[in-house]
Amino acid sequence: MYRYDAIDQRLVDERVAQFRDQTRRFLVGQLSDEEFKQLRLRNGLYLQRHAPMLRIAIPYGLLSTTQLRKLAHLARTYDRGYGHFSTRQNLQLNWPKLEDVPDMLAELATVQMHAIQTSGNAVRNITTDHFAGVAADEIVDSLVWCEILRQWSTFNPEFSYLPRKFKIAINGAAVDRAATWVHDIGLHAVRADGGPVEPGDPFPSPAVGFRVLVGGGLGRTPIIGHVIREFLPWRHLLTYLDAIFRVYNRYGRRDNIHKARIKILVKERGPEAFDREVEEEWSHLKDGPATLVLEEIERVATRFTRPAYEPLPAVDPGFEALRSSDKAFGAWVKRNVHPHKVPGYAAVTLSLKKTGVPPGDATADQMDAIADLADRYSFGELRVSHEQNLIFADVAQRDLDTLWRELRPLGLATPNIGLITNIIACPGGDFCSLANARSIPVAEAIQRRFDDLDYAFDVGELDLNISGCMNACGHHHVGHIGILGVDKAGEEFYQIEIGGNQGETRPGAKAALGKVLGPSFSQGEVPDAIERLVRCYLDLREAEEERFIDVVHRVGVEPFKAHLYDKADQRPSAPERHLAAA
Amino acid sequence: MTKLIKDRRLQSDTWQLLDRDVERWLTVGEAGLVPDFPAAADLIVPVKLWRLRRDDLLHREGCTGVWLESGEGPEALADDLDRVALIAVHFPKFSDGRGFSTARLLRERYRFTGELRAVGDVLRDQLLFLVRCGFDAFALRDDQDAEAALAAFDDFTEAYQGGVDQPLPLFRRRLAGAAIR
Repeated sequence: MYRYDAIDQRLVDERVAQFRDQTRRFLVGQLSDEEFKQLRLRNGLYLQRHAPMLRIAIPYGLLSTTQLRKLAHLARTYDRGYGHFSTRQNLQLNWPKLEDVPDMLAELATVQMHAIQTSGNAVRNITTDHFAGVAADEIVDSLVWCEILRQWSTFNPEFSYLPRKFKIAINGAAVDRAATWVHDIGLHAVRADGGPVEPGDPFPSPAVGFRVLVGGGLGRTPIIGHVIREFLPWRHLLTYLDAIFRVYNRYGRRDNIHKARIKILVKERGPEAFDREVEEEWSHLKDGPATLVLEEIERVATRFTRPAYEPLPAVDPGFEALRSSDKAFGAWVKRNVHPHKVPGYAAVTLSLKKTGVPPGDATADQMDAIADLADRYSFGELRVSHEQNLIFADVAQRDLDTLWRELRPLGLATPNIGLITNIIACPGGDFCSLANARSIPVAEAIQRRFDDLDYAFDVGELDLNISGCMNACGHHHVGHIGILGVDKAGEEFYQIEIGGNQGETRPGAKAALGKVLGPSFSQGEVPDAIERLVRCYLDLREAEEERFIDVVHRVGVEPFKAHLYDKADQRPSAPERHLAAA
Repeated sequence: MTKLIKDRRLQSDTWQLLDRDVERWLTVGEAGLVPDFPAAADLIVPVKLWRLRRDDLLHREGCTGVWLESGEGPEALADDLDRVALIAVHFPKFSDGRGFSTARLLRERYRFTGELRAVGDVLRDQLLFLVRCGFDAFALRDDQDAEAALAAFDDFTEAYQGGVDQPLPLFRRRLAGAAIR
């Protein structure tokens, strides 16, 4: 956990005072709606369909239990007793009152939290691998770099009124768990020589740097990012970003909100031309005062608390025995327990994807209970994943059994991580004023259809993502199956695409955007359509290890399309089955 | 009357913004001449007019400043900066952030030392960012309470990044005195 120093704290406190005064000026009519909008968005405050929505920053997804209890308290005191963890690893409260928000921010500041730049045309929360710091395949601990970028981006004087919002993701491991290819800027920790970082290498090794991707993104113009630099030594990270941002700030389009992201600038200029402009700008900034120094990396690194791991055997015998003897426990371990770089430890995903609960939602009571469990079993810390689940990153194997038994009655032990029911969904038309269609009921109907866990297990890894509009907050373009809500003459319909992939989450299929299969479906038709795609996959796969996405990459979308729209194959019993399931 | 903040206090504005209708100053009149500029006034003129009538502007008693639109970079003035007493950077909307980069480039790359003035949709809540990017004068939008806006300079007492006002980022200042590896 990063601990604020006096200056970090002072800046957050000063922000609260500033926003309190801005809110006061708005309420007495000294700020227009439009002027206040720009200011409140920079504090995460939206005016939504039903009430304001406050998006609280969880920098790079890392939370202490003190902070989680504060979030529970805010949800209970100022809201309706629950919150929504978002794909940007933040927490959204959907019902606060505008007048309360300054007090809420003041409460957050007491636990080193804020809502700075969670919206608006500025750099948003920097996201990363939810296993950063504990992953066995890690090159650098990306949390340290996320914090360095958090400080660089916070109240950046030159880059706070960009043409559009700006999202950065950092991945420090060999595989990409941060969806870096679909970010405005993606950073991959790499070694200059391509080799692994050895234990005992100086931190950060002089040979370590970043591959820089630019111009990726989802939304209405989904694009996979371009590599503009294969290796950037870490010292130059900030000056190089300054160069990219200056080119974007000066030349990014401001005439059309839908063409204002950096991906459009990169596309219109061409990646090579954009790269040349950045290089020219960088030639003036390189080696300037913002060039990073080892002391600063070490200073930030040492402000992170680290778990005091016990020396443990690599495999706990009791745990090993139980996972084979208890089928339910074994299923949970298979899906929700992940390898750890420290012997005897594991990372655990708490699924926020129980059927019937909107994906990513947690109640205040759950948050308090989770905080208690994290104190007991995971050194008082947890993370939010961009798949909208929570992670206990440091659980001793010997405690997994007890933890599992405690998570089950809380509804947090659904063994579905990586499976079709681990759906990413935006809040959709139930909450969001931008949405064309609802997301949550569709997610629930699909979860109900695949509720039979044996079936879902048999289907294997399958990312299913739902967005309620083309802004793509539910990342539908990079779901193996993606569902997009569209409006057809006032009615909600759903377009289905397949073949998207968030990134190389395991060696193999690269980041890719899905392809739309054909005409859209009504809400009631969606679960059938998904089931037909899944059946088609099961028919086509050559081995159990071959995932849905691997089959799509092997055979293309045509067989799926044919199967989905084959009228002769429509089963007449579908509506009854749907009703029965509901 | 535009309210001018300069060097963190309210000041009366001695500069006159020339009619932005450039053509008027380029059109040959009945006497076969383009109009004369006011001789004694300190004038702020659009960059296009500066380019086309620079000598006429300079051979006056009054000083000359140049107005840059938000899409006009400092490159347009790079060779003339020692002859320009003031540069006004226009913010057509307060949310248009191009002027922040223009200002940093003028100060840091082109070493402009004259008055750098933010004009247009200039509001209290941008002042601190503007000053950090190198502006030293602010022609606030007419409806702004300029006296109250002065407090905005103290909204934050520290910053992580370097800027024109403080070239060293916080991490460099923390290390001041210590050997840098």
